[in-house]
Amino acid sequence: MDYATSDPGLVPGPPGPRAPLDASADNGLKIVITGGFGVGKTTMVRSVSEIRPLNTEETMTQAGAAVDDLAGVGTKSSTTVAFDFGRISVNARTVLYLFGAPGQERFWFLWDRLFSGTLGAVVLVDTRRLDDSWYAIDRLEHHGTPFVVARNDFGGPKHSEEQVRDALSLADGVPLVDCDARSRQSSKDVLITLVQHLQTLSAAHPRAREMTAP
Amino acid sequence: MTPRPGREEDPDRLYTLTSGRSRPVSDAFDLVTLVVAECDPVPGMQSEHAAILRICRRPTAVVELAADLGLPVGITQVLLCDLLDTGRISARHPRTVRTAAQLPDPEILEQVLVGLRNL
Ligand SMILES: Nc1nc2c(ncn2[C@@H]2O[C@H](COP(=O)(O)OP(=O)(O)O)[C@@H](O)[C@H]2O)c(=O)[nH]1
Ligand SMILES: [Mg+2]
Repeated sequence: MDYATSDPGLVPGPPGPRAPLDASADNGLKIVITGGFGVGKTTMVRSVSEIRPLNTEETMTQAGAAVDDLAGVGTKSSTTVAFDFGRISVNARTVLYLFGAPGQERFWFLWDRLFSGTLGAVVLVDTRRLDDSWYAIDRLEHHGTPFVVARNDFGGPKHSEEQVRDALSLADGVPLVDCDARSRQSSKDVLITLVQHLQTLSAAHPRAREMTAP
Repeated sequence: MTPRPGREEDPDRLYTLTSGRSRPVSDAFDLVTLVVAECDPVPGMQSEHAAILRICRRPTAVVELAADLGLPVGITQVLLCDLLDTGRISARHPRTVRTAAQLPDPEILEQVLVGLRNL
C-alpha cells in the first residue's frame, strides 16, 4: 500500500520529526481527496502537506458501525479501511487536515463517522479509468459534500472538457480542472479552486443559520 | 519496509487496552478535534494514556494521535474518553460544522484561502 513512498518521482515530504502545532491551535478543518486506486491521492497530500503524510485506519462492522473495541476484529464481521493524511497550518489557530481516502464502496460506510463536517472534497480522476470516479462523485452528491474534480494527466488519450463532464455527468457548477498531483503548485491550485467553489456556494446560499435568525 | 508500530498488535491486547468496553461510539472526538494534556503522565498509568499525555503537551489532532499510537481511530477515541472523563485532557472541537443545509463560515474560508496562497 505504501509503494508510492519509494517512487523517485515524488516530492519528498519534509524531513525529520514533525513540528507540533502552535499552542494556540484550536480549530481543525478537513478536506478529503478521493478517487480510485493509484490516481494520486497520497501524492497530492504529500505535495502540499507540511508534515510527511501519516496513515491510520478505522475498523467497522459489516453493518456499517465503527467498532470501538476490537472484539470483532479479525472475524468476518469487520473491515478495516486505511487512509493517509497531511496538514497545513492556516494560521496560529486554524489547521487544515487533508485526507487521502480511497473511493471504493466499503469506504463510504465510514464517511459519516470520519468525514462529517468536511469542508469539501477533491475527486481525482484518471481519464483512462473514469468509472473509478463515478462512485465517489455519486456518494459525495448523496452526502451533500461540495467537491471539485481534478483530472490528472497519466498520458492517456486527450479528452475535451465537455467529454469528461459528459462522461462524469458533472453538474454545471462543479469545477473541473487539470492537475499534476506531483506538483506542489498544481495541487495548491486545486485546493484553492475548491475553496473558491465553497465561497461561490456560500454566496449563493446564505447560511441556514442566518436565514432562520429572528 | 518496517511495519508500522501497532499494525501487528494482538487484538486481545487491544481489547484489554479499552477494558473490553463496547459503548456506543462516542461523538466526543472528531478526527480533527485538537487534544491538549492538562497534566503530566504519572507512574503506573496505562502506557497508552501516558503516551497521549506526552504527545498532547502541544495540541494534537485525534487522527495524528491514532497514527502515532498505531491504533485504529475508534480505539484512540475510547482512550481519549477515559482521559477526558478524568479531566486529564481538554478537547478543542472543530468550529466549522458543515451540514447539507449549512456551508462553512465565509470568514474561515477566507482564512483558508489566504493560508493556501501563502503555501
Ligand atoms: N503522470 C502523473 N503521475 C502521477 C500523478 N499523481 C500521482 N502520480 C503517480 O501515480 C502513482 C500513484 O500515486 P499515489 O499517490 O500513490 O496514488 P493513490 O493510490 O491515489 O494514493 C505514483 O507513482 C505517482 O507518482 C499525476 O498527476 N500525474
Ligand atoms: Mg495512496
